[in-house]
Amino acid sequence: MKGISVRLEGLTKHFGKVVALQALDLDIRAGEMVAFLGPSGCGKTTTLLMIAGIYQSTAGQIYFNERRVDHLHPRDRDVGMVFQSYALYPHLILFENIAFPLRLKRTPQAEIEQKVRQAADLLGIGHVLDRRPAQVSGGQQQRAALARALIKEPQVLLLDEPLSNLDAQIRLQARGEIRRLQQQIGVTSILVTHDQAEALAMADRIAVFSMGKLQQLATTDDLYLRPANVFVARFVGHPPMNLLEGGFENGHFTMGTLSIPVPSGHLKGGGSLGIRPEDATLDGEVPARVVVIEPLGRETLVTLRLGEMDFKVLADQAARPTLGTEVRLGYRRDRVHLFDQAGKRVAP
Amino acid sequence: MPLLPPRWRLLFLVVAALSLPVIAGIVWLFLTGSFDEVHGLVPTGPLALKRWRFLWESIGNRPPIHVPLLNSMVFSVVVSVVVVTVASMAAYAISRLSFPGRSMYLGLVLMLHAFPAVSLIIAIFYILRLLGLFDTLTGVILVKASLDLPLGIWLMKGFFDSLSWEMEMAALVDGMSRWTLFWKIALPLVRPGVLALGTFSLLSAWGEFILPFTLIVSTRSWTMALYLQSFIGEVFTDYRVAAAVGLFYALPVIVLFLLGQRYLLNVYSGGVKG
Repeated sequence: MKGISVRLEGLTKHFGKVVALQALDLDIRAGEMVAFLGPSGCGKTTTLLMIAGIYQSTAGQIYFNERRVDHLHPRDRDVGMVFQSYALYPHLILFENIAFPLRLKRTPQAEIEQKVRQAADLLGIGHVLDRRPAQVSGGQQQRAALARALIKEPQVLLLDEPLSNLDAQIRLQARGEIRRLQQQIGVTSILVTHDQAEALAMADRIAVFSMGKLQQLATTDDLYLRPANVFVARFVGHPPMNLLEGGFENGHFTMGTLSIPVPSGHLKGGGSLGIRPEDATLDGEVPARVVVIEPLGRETLVTLRLGEMDFKVLADQAARPTLGTEVRLGYRRDRVHLFDQAGKRVAP
Repeated sequence: MPLLPPRWRLLFLVVAALSLPVIAGIVWLFLTGSFDEVHGLVPTGPLALKRWRFLWESIGNRPPIHVPLLNSMVFSVVVSVVVVTVASMAAYAISRLSFPGRSMYLGLVLMLHAFPAVSLIIAIFYILRLLGLFDTLTGVILVKASLDLPLGIWLMKGFFDSLSWEMEMAALVDGMSRWTLFWKIALPLVRPGVLALGTFSLLSAWGEFILPFTLIVSTRSWTMALYLQSFIGEVFTDYRVAAAVGLFYALPVIVLFLLGQRYLLNVYSGGVKG
């Protein structure tokens, strides 16, 4: 692994009175790909730009391995970055775009030729190197931007929504390619995205952001199976988790007239109970009425009316109920998520 | 050519009517400068070359034509280069950097742009005298460039504003300093603006009269405008010679305008991305 570790300590950013990022502590291991996931305005891009050195942090430190870098100019940090708009230089042909970082380092011409050709061939854009950005497809622009970011063999690769401007089909392909390339080179990478499928598919670990705060840093599995709080529970997973708000008492969760036994009997007071649509079934004990049926091909998404709220169940195609009928809602006992009043995960 | 739709025909007529006096003036200039006798716009005499003799000999106590011609060229080119250079840098800073007093500076530039420059002429006269630049080409160049700068800065700011921020971030990450970023990325991308402003200030300086007229005395520093003016006497004016000189003075402008009108359109459409 030639990658380095990245450590953020109490990283904070204010824009005037707006707090864009609040005291972020984060450890990214060498060679790892971490995704920053969250809705727009959650602080993920701000964090990335501070790591790149484009924004000055208001407080806190950034370390690459043990070297403190937050006071350094971007060019002294040795990072490569891919932007959402690709940000290629429109007046230069792709070859010169990719060669630019090397030219700034005064690399000999022969070495530039060789490296650019190699990178371009690796990314399959060798045949369009003499064209300008406007004359190639979005996918090719994206690859050129990636080649430009990688050509100087950076210690850290930063990807800011690199796929959002691509067509759905090319996006899937590019997703796999970037991941394969990253693992091959072993460069420590940070991917900023608002698309959870992208984050889940590409990253080793995912940092979920909201309102300028890190909500959870975990592997895909952990994020899905053990969300740290209500926000993560709702944000990760599709269709989103059902969250019932009510109270805990005597080993039961109660909401209105509804009472459901829960595994952790010691809980008391207000809170919420989360059940993912795929962990719910239509052969349990809780009565509910079918209000919407959405066939999804392999499965069927059934929306039930449960007391005052809607509850989504991902059912087998074969078990599709009839609209308007009464069904019996069930769930996997070992897969319920319990959160306290403040929204923090308490069990299991 | 297909017939214009009715409302365009009307517009065309209005524009034609408004342009008529200007066109007539240009035609008059051509005819009076070339023929011996002209009645109205109808030449009655033979072609006359003798009023063009200012091209090969000094007339009266005026300097030979190459002196004001060269002065005018130096004046226009230097003004244009200074305006483009300073305006680009200032505009880039205003567009991209945040510094204390930025918005106040912007307001000041806008106000200066609207300020009638002629009202400053006496103050300028004293300042140039103080600096020892009165009656020099350098002095007039400095004054003219300063007066053209506010418009130039606003224009260039518009062009720089249209550049993508992400591209500049990419350039910084790629290893550029602000300075190289300006020269290698930002400036090449606002080339239409640079060409527009360059052509504009070149033409504006070439046609400048009031400043040289007030700030230059000696004939060795004359520009073409002063040379032409010297043929217009208080008592008697030989309009035929004045027309020939005027035509000679206007020719470069016409050529430059034909070459540069594409860029000039950018000035008048307000610095929209070209």
